[in-house]
Amino acid sequence: MTGLAVGTLRAASTPPATLPATGVEHVAWLLLVFPLAGAAILLLGGKRTNAWGHLVGVAMPVAAFCVGVAMFVQMLGQPASDRVRSMTIYQWVIVSRFRVPMGIRIDPLSICFVLLITGVGSLIHIFAVGYMSHDPERRRFFGYMNLFVAAMLLLVIANNYLGLYAGWEGVGLASYLLIGFWQYKPAAAVAAKKAFIANRVGDVGLSLAIMLMFTTFGSVTFSGVFHEAPKASHEVITAIGLLLLLGACGKSAQVPLQSWLLDAMEGPTPVSALIHAATMVTAGVYLIVRSGPIFNLSPGARLAVAIVGAVTLLFGAIIGCAKDDIKKALAGSTMSQIGYMMLAAGLGPAGYVFAIAHLLAHGFFKAGMFLGAGSVKHEMNDEVDMRRFGGLDKIMPVTFVTFLLGYLAIIGVPPLSGFFTKDPIIDAAFAKGGTSGALLGTAALLGAGITAFYMTRVMFMTFAGERRWEADQHPHEVPPVMTSPMVVLAIGSVAAGGFLILGNRLLNFLGPITGVPPTSHGIWTKAGLAALVLVAVGMVIAWALYGRRPVPATAPAGNPVTVAARKDLYGDAVNESLLMRPGQWLTRLSVFFDNKGIDALVNTVAATFGGTSGRMRRVENGFVRSYALSMLVGAVLLVGALLLVKL
Amino acid sequence: MDHFPWLTVAGAVPLVGALAIGFTPGRSAPGSAADRRARDQLVKYIALATSLVTLAVLAVMATQFNTSGPRFQFRQVYQWIPQFGVHYAVGVDGIALVLILMTAVLMPVVVLASWHDVDPDPDAAGVAVPGFETAPRKQRSAKSYFILMLVLETMMIGVFAATDVFLFYVFFEAMLVPMYFMIGSYGVGQRQYAAVKFLLYSLLGGLLMLVAVIALYVYSAHGSHPGTFLFSSLLRVSLSPTVQKWLFLGFFIAFAIKAPLWPFHTWLPDAATSAQPGAAVLLVGVLDKVGTFGMLRYCLELFPSAAHYFTPLIIVLAVVGVLYGAIVAIGQKDMKRLIAYTSVSHMGLITLGIFAMTSQGQAGATLYMVNHGFATGALFIIAGFLVARRGSQLIEDYGGVQKVAPLLAGLFLIAGLAGLSLPGLSTFVSEFLVLVGTFTRYEVAAALATTGIILAAIYILWMYQRTMHGPVKPELAKMRDLRPRELWAVGPLIALIIVLGVYPKPVLDIINPAVHSTLVHVHSPDPVPPHPAVTMQRIEITKRGGQA
Repeated sequence: MTGLAVGTLRAASTPPATLPATGVEHVAWLLLVFPLAGAAILLLGGKRTNAWGHLVGVAMPVAAFCVGVAMFVQMLGQPASDRVRSMTIYQWVIVSRFRVPMGIRIDPLSICFVLLITGVGSLIHIFAVGYMSHDPERRRFFGYMNLFVAAMLLLVIANNYLGLYAGWEGVGLASYLLIGFWQYKPAAAVAAKKAFIANRVGDVGLSLAIMLMFTTFGSVTFSGVFHEAPKASHEVITAIGLLLLLGACGKSAQVPLQSWLLDAMEGPTPVSALIHAATMVTAGVYLIVRSGPIFNLSPGARLAVAIVGAVTLLFGAIIGCAKDDIKKALAGSTMSQIGYMMLAAGLGPAGYVFAIAHLLAHGFFKAGMFLGAGSVKHEMNDEVDMRRFGGLDKIMPVTFVTFLLGYLAIIGVPPLSGFFTKDPIIDAAFAKGGTSGALLGTAALLGAGITAFYMTRVMFMTFAGERRWEADQHPHEVPPVMTSPMVVLAIGSVAAGGFLILGNRLLNFLGPITGVPPTSHGIWTKAGLAALVLVAVGMVIAWALYGRRPVPATAPAGNPVTVAARKDLYGDAVNESLLMRPGQWLTRLSVFFDNKGIDALVNTVAATFGGTSGRMRRVENGFVRSYALSMLVGAVLLVGALLLVKL
Repeated sequence: MDHFPWLTVAGAVPLVGALAIGFTPGRSAPGSAADRRARDQLVKYIALATSLVTLAVLAVMATQFNTSGPRFQFRQVYQWIPQFGVHYAVGVDGIALVLILMTAVLMPVVVLASWHDVDPDPDAAGVAVPGFETAPRKQRSAKSYFILMLVLETMMIGVFAATDVFLFYVFFEAMLVPMYFMIGSYGVGQRQYAAVKFLLYSLLGGLLMLVAVIALYVYSAHGSHPGTFLFSSLLRVSLSPTVQKWLFLGFFIAFAIKAPLWPFHTWLPDAATSAQPGAAVLLVGVLDKVGTFGMLRYCLELFPSAAHYFTPLIIVLAVVGVLYGAIVAIGQKDMKRLIAYTSVSHMGLITLGIFAMTSQGQAGATLYMVNHGFATGALFIIAGFLVARRGSQLIEDYGGVQKVAPLLAGLFLIAGLAGLSLPGLSTFVSEFLVLVGTFTRYEVAAALATTGIILAAIYILWMYQRTMHGPVKPELAKMRDLRPRELWAVGPLIALIIVLGVYPKPVLDIINPAVHSTLVHVHSPDPVPPHPAVTMQRIEITKRGGQA
């Protein structure tokens, strides 16, 4: 433990200097301008842009991706100590000491996210051209998607917390618009609102964290806060850390703010892939890793992050086991995988790099699987119940193979991505030592087994077995505009993890920012081997239940755990009984009190002074008179008083 | 141009317009129905042109404002009632300037939005809910309606421009008269009840203030010096702490009723619900701001020690107002009433920012006054468009509007998002400044007020969901989207909401020096952070130096 703490301090005390932007970084603002322009053209242009709107919608994230790649290439040519670059576009808010620029920070961490957002984002935009081709509002869809990309990029490239917060709430808005894209469906409208409000609960935490930073350091820029953080008191740093964690819980759907993510699947599937799997929901992990210099100073805050991650990874995995809706099963899985990332981030410098590695790999395989799920849904007349799928492997071979690769990646079969990125997290959790390390590691280990179970279940129910469709469903393979993004993502699912971890590529790249793990246990660790055994067990159980015997078309009653998991482990029920119902009563009570209490009191007082209460209501005619009278009284008082003074 | 009487001219233009309208032939003049319509059109165009000229004059004036110059600019001081030391004294600091500009921007918008307040709206397509009165039963005179509106504009400019406390008081009270008639004669629903309530409440506050104003005059006389009402002279008068407390209360209660601050707010929902949307915009957008402006200008600067004495109490009232207004807003069934309660919540935030007595709090509060005028103005106006089409203010009578009127729905959403202070929109900057400025002194109050952002999301998005989302109600199937006049009314506000959210610096540059001067007067320096960070550039330079 002591060794870890020393390593922690060393990592935190020597961050690379922040340098002015250079070369292509001077146009880093194009990252924001391209997608914003796309959103503006598509949303303001109206129906005129219907014919070609989707092309603009695709071109903008692709253009931003090109800018990102150019900056990445330039960064690779610089020495590690020169890779943190910052620039101010203009002064945003200046009041006395509160000086916040609209500023950009390009460093290894932000460039990772830029490439993920624009790269995976572009692929999903391409997929959506096909997926949304029959929707009369496709143009508006691309407008919102572009808006999302702009906000998400602002979130990761802002050089201060207020700018990050602007992007943070911006993605919340885009998510709201896109979950509710089919707003005429009441379920979609409710889900959209729920997501925004749950996010806002987290946002309170993030706002308060920013206020506390300003109060303590007089600054909200990353460089200002991080530089001074070691001087602040332990309590303040822990408070900032916990508030940031609350924000992260909202955006990343972590317990206790998890309940919105499953409902968010009401949005079109490309939205689920991009926003509710690959990028936006990982923003919480970004926030924690970005704020590493704060968390490094507070073991308590770090432990809280790790616990939230561990609880959520089990929570999401259990929910994933019981869902028959393919998108909700994947959503449970997303919660769970982000739980892994949070757990890793909660381990401090020992885990930051693995959190980001898993986040990037997850971006590929989860986006790929969501697109696969979207293809299936698209071909099955919008059916999402896996009990009505089956036997699609031969009919949709490309979808099947890409989904299969994503599946093997997420459960951590070597040598696919998940193996390289998830096992180090389990290992690092155990390496934390002590009771907490053992518990966190065990949770992560168990999670790996459950992941294998529910993902195998999804595979069997969807692609294997007999065909359980209705007569009017005629699935075919989807067109190339939809398969090609899936193929690219599948390649990423296979290779990304190994590429990032082998040769310590990501470690060397991010290390200067995030700190380096104190020890490396190599690729084959005890924890990793144990995980593989559990994965095999999970797969066998799933095969026994869903592969060996036919899947019933209607869900069996199930045991209490299954019932609870189907109900999202009572997340909504808890919210309803603890927050919604009391909230409704409070609202009703307040409205009643306002009408009958304060107002009645006022009216009574007025009536007492004014004579009868009847006069209050029928003063229309008499009123001018009484007004004139009051004015007269006022004037008399005034003049009288003035005369008195003169005398 | 140095001595051009900008403020007097700007204040006189609406009066001239009102006079011109007065000379047009009235409703009783002979002529056919078509003639009458033409006469009404003329009145409206005169009102629109007048408000635009006023805006132009004030816009030019604003370009002449020197942010590093003296605090009060464009000053004029003339003796008015020499016996009592009353002056016609006008001038603006940065705070008054931005509020006057906001008033001038809102005015043409309100005229356009009120185009059909006095005659049948062609957009009302016969789907009105029976029993609900969207317009006065009998046709009212367009002439007097727009005259009232223009006269009110003069008074609103005057109340912000006055630098003589008596002149301020005169405008403060006189403003009630046109608004009383705009609600009572031209409103909807229980308009008379609402108008009387508004007036009685305001008169009560006004009388208390009058007593305090007179007392202030009395105390300002010392030795051979006669008393005075001039703000600049009153600043130099030293009052005993006890006197300060009483006079502070006299002013403060008047302003708390005007703002309105909880628990003095119950007149506002009634008045805003019964007023036509345009009048509601002036009521909530401008008249309410006179209350918070008065706190900032008069309560704080004239009675600094009393202000400090009462600050804890006021902070509590403000925080209660923020949460209470938001919670009650969630439970409302009437759109306009809901918006009025959100204003109770937002005015609580503004008050909080003022009494936090920090640069960020007060600059944020001032900016919030401006932004709230635009954002709530847009909400009221768009709600008015809905009411004109459907003939109901009840939320439950709507549903699925986004499908039939996407432009209206989209603008309503942006205005609503401004209501919940989404970053990128103007209200966010001001709300965050208020909260961060409060946090540096009163962490708990700021933290409680911050939870209001959750409530704001609930009341706005729930209203939006119920009116705009879901299946289209059959009665709304033929609803028209926005027409050009309506787009011209609300478009500029939406544009300002976005521009000031992305680039608020020009407005903050005007506000900051005035706030600084206010804080100097109340002896309230900003708290210094315990571990101040050096600016980023300096870190970079030291780092580079270290490496070299």
